[in-house]
Amino acid sequence: MNAFIALVRKDLVLYFSNRRALLMSIAAPILIAAFFGSLFGNSDSKPAHINVAVTDLDRSELSGRVVAALRGEATFDVTEVGEADTSAQVKAGKVAAAITVPAGFGKLAGSAMFGGTKPELVVHYDPSQAMALQVVRGLMAQHVMQTVSQSLMSASSPLLSDLRDRTLQSTSLPDQRRLELTQMFDSIAKVQSTSMPASAAPKAAAFTLPYVTREEPASARPETKYNSYSHSFAGMGVQFVLLMGVDLGVGLLLMRRMGLWKRLRAAPLSRGKLLGSRIASCALIALVVFAIVYAAAMAAFGVRIDGSVPGFIAVLVAFALLTGSFGLLIAAIGRTPEATRGLAILATLLMVMLGGAWVPSFIFPEWLQKLSLFVPTRWAVDGLDAMTWRGLPFHDALLPVAVMLGFAAVFTSLAIWRFDWDE
Amino acid sequence: MLEALGLRKSYGMRAAVADVALTVRSGEVLGLLGPNGAGKSTTIGILSGLTTADAGTVRVNGVTLAGDPDDFKRRIGLVPQDLALFEDLTALANIELFGALYDMPKARLRERAVHVLDIVGLADRARDKPSTFSGGMKRRLNIACALVHDPDVLLLDEPTAGVDPQSRNAIFDNLEALKGQGKALVYTTHYMEEAERLADRIVIIDHGHVVASGTLTELYAALPAAQTLQVDVEGDIEIGVLASIPGVKRAQKSGERVTLAIDDLTRDGCGVLQALAAAGCKVRHISSDRGNLEDVFLALTGRQLRD
Repeated sequence: MNAFIALVRKDLVLYFSNRRALLMSIAAPILIAAFFGSLFGNSDSKPAHINVAVTDLDRSELSGRVVAALRGEATFDVTEVGEADTSAQVKAGKVAAAITVPAGFGKLAGSAMFGGTKPELVVHYDPSQAMALQVVRGLMAQHVMQTVSQSLMSASSPLLSDLRDRTLQSTSLPDQRRLELTQMFDSIAKVQSTSMPASAAPKAAAFTLPYVTREEPASARPETKYNSYSHSFAGMGVQFVLLMGVDLGVGLLLMRRMGLWKRLRAAPLSRGKLLGSRIASCALIALVVFAIVYAAAMAAFGVRIDGSVPGFIAVLVAFALLTGSFGLLIAAIGRTPEATRGLAILATLLMVMLGGAWVPSFIFPEWLQKLSLFVPTRWAVDGLDAMTWRGLPFHDALLPVAVMLGFAAVFTSLAIWRFDWDE
Repeated sequence: MLEALGLRKSYGMRAAVADVALTVRSGEVLGLLGPNGAGKSTTIGILSGLTTADAGTVRVNGVTLAGDPDDFKRRIGLVPQDLALFEDLTALANIELFGALYDMPKARLRERAVHVLDIVGLADRARDKPSTFSGGMKRRLNIACALVHDPDVLLLDEPTAGVDPQSRNAIFDNLEALKGQGKALVYTTHYMEEAERLADRIVIIDHGHVVASGTLTELYAALPAAQTLQVDVEGDIEIGVLASIPGVKRAQKSGERVTLAIDDLTRDGCGVLQALAAAGCKVRHISSDRGNLEDVFLALTGRQLRD
C-alpha cells in the first residue's frame, strides 16, 4: 500500500508543481466558461437587438404605420434606407435583414386578407444570421397583420368602404352571400363608429394574437433561475479535465522514453499497482481541478447545485475515473509522445464537441443527438446539468454515472490489453 | 550471490542474447563489456526482471525471478542507462519515492535516504532538484536511488555515460566503496578503461554471445603478446627481418612506424633494437604499451570494441 500511495502522491506533487499544467487545467476552463456563459446569456437578461433596414417604396399611410410598428418593436433596431441601399446594407453585414415594402402595398394589403392579390414584401437577409431571419419573419408578420387589420377595421377606413363597394358590384357572388358580406361590413363600420369615436379612440380594434403566453422555466425547482454559466462550466470543466487526462497519458509515454517507467518496473510492483495508481492519481487530480473550477463558478458566477449534492459528487467521481482510464488508454495505444498528444487532443475535442460541452446538444440535428449518446462526455455534461441547474434528484445521476463507469471499464480493459509490458 | 544460466532472448529472427551465463559473488564487480548493440542492456533487462527471457534462469541468493519475483526484485538494485529521475522532485524526494516502492517503513526509509545521499556525496544537496545538478551529480543520484532499499546486487547499465572525468572518478570511488561493503556489482560498459579499473572479472559479449570471460590476467593471457612496442625509425628495414627476431610475435610497418607484438620488453626489446642498428636504421622515438581489453576484443572478434 505504501508503494501505491507513494506513486499517487508523486503524480499529485508533480502535477500541482507544474504551473503551466495548473494554468491550463484551472484558469483556462474558468475563463472560457465565463465567456461562453455570458455569450449564451440568461433567460431574463436583455436580448440583443437585431439590426433591420426598412425601405418604404409605397409611402402610403398604411405602409408608414407598418414601418412605425416595426420601429416600435423592442427586438429591432430599425434604420430606414433608400431602395439602392437595401441589399447593400445586408451584404456589408451592417444589418441582419432588410425589408422592402413595395409600391401599392397600401392598396393591396387589405383586400389580400380576403383573397385578393397579395403584395410582396422582400426580405434580404444575412445568410450567416439565419436565426435572425426567423425572428424578423415572425415579428414582421405580427406587426403587418396587426396594422393592416387595424386599418381595415377603422370606421373611416377607405379599405372597408372600398371592400363594401367591390362586394356590391361583384357579379360572381350569389345574392345571399353578397347581402351577408355587405351586412358584415356595415356592422363593422357601425361598431367602430359607436364604440370608439375617432375623437376619443386613437386606435381601432385589430386582429391580435388569440392568446397570451405565460412562460415558466421547466426546471425541477421553479424558484431557481436558469444560470447559463452552469452549462458552460460543466462543458469547459469536462473539456479541460479530459485534456489533463491526455497530459497524464502522454506523461506516461514520456516516462517510458526517459527510462523512468523501466525504473518503476524494476521495483516489486504488480501491474495492477502501477496502472491503478496512475488511474487513481489522474482521478484525484481531476476531482481537485473540478472542485476548484466549480468553486470559482459558484463564487463568481452564481452557479448552484440545485439538484442532489451526492449525485453531483457521484457524477464528478465517475467522470474523474473515466478521465483516468482515458489517460491510461492513450498511454497504452500511443507510440511517441509527440504523435500521441496531437491525436489524443483531436479525439478529446471531438468527444467534447459531440458531448455538448461547447453548445448544448439539443442544437444538434436529431441523428447527431442520438449518436452523441455513445460519447461519454455527453453523459458527463448531462449529468452535471441535471445536478446543477436542472435541480434533479439523486436517482437522475445514476444513469450518467453508470454509463461513465461502463466507459471507464471499457477503456481500462482496452488499456490493459494493449499495454506493452516488455522493455 | 547472482547466477544466470542459459539466458536467451530474441526479437524476431535477431538473437539479442544467446546462451549467456554469468555469476557474480558478494564483494565482487563483474564487468560486462561489449560494443553498442552487443546485448549488454538486454542482459541487464533480463537480470533485473524487466525483460522476459525466452530461456534461462536467474537466481539471487537462491531466489529465482520465476519463483518469487517480488523477493527477487527486492534483492536487485537497477541503475539504468537513462537518468531515471523526477526532475521536479528534490534529490531526497526522488530517493524516498524509489525506496517507498519497496514498501520500506517510513523511519527506515528516511534513514536510508540520508545514508545513500551521503554515500554518493550529495548530502548537502538533498533539498535541491536534479534539474539544478550537473550530469555527474545526476548519475550519482541515479545510483543512490538504486541503493536506497539496500539490495544485494547492483546492476549498473553504463552508469558513467556522458559524465566528465572528475565525476567518473567520484562514481568509481562510490562503487569501490560499495564493493567493500560486500555488494555484488554487475557493470556494463563499452569503455575498456572502466572495466579494467573496476572489474574483478570481465565477461566480453558480442552479438549476444559471451566471447570471453575471466579475470584481466586470464583475458590478457589469451592475447598473442603481452606487450606492444612502437618504434619510429629513420632508414629502411624489411618487415620480415623484424618478424623473424626471436620473441617477436607479430610485426607491422606503417610509414616510419614499426609496431611489434612481444611478450617480454626487456628480453625481446633488445633484440629489436639490435636488429634495427644492424640494418643501419636510426631510432627517433620508442614507446611501449601492455596489451589491453581492446586488443583482447580485437583478437577475439577481429573488430574494434568501438566499431
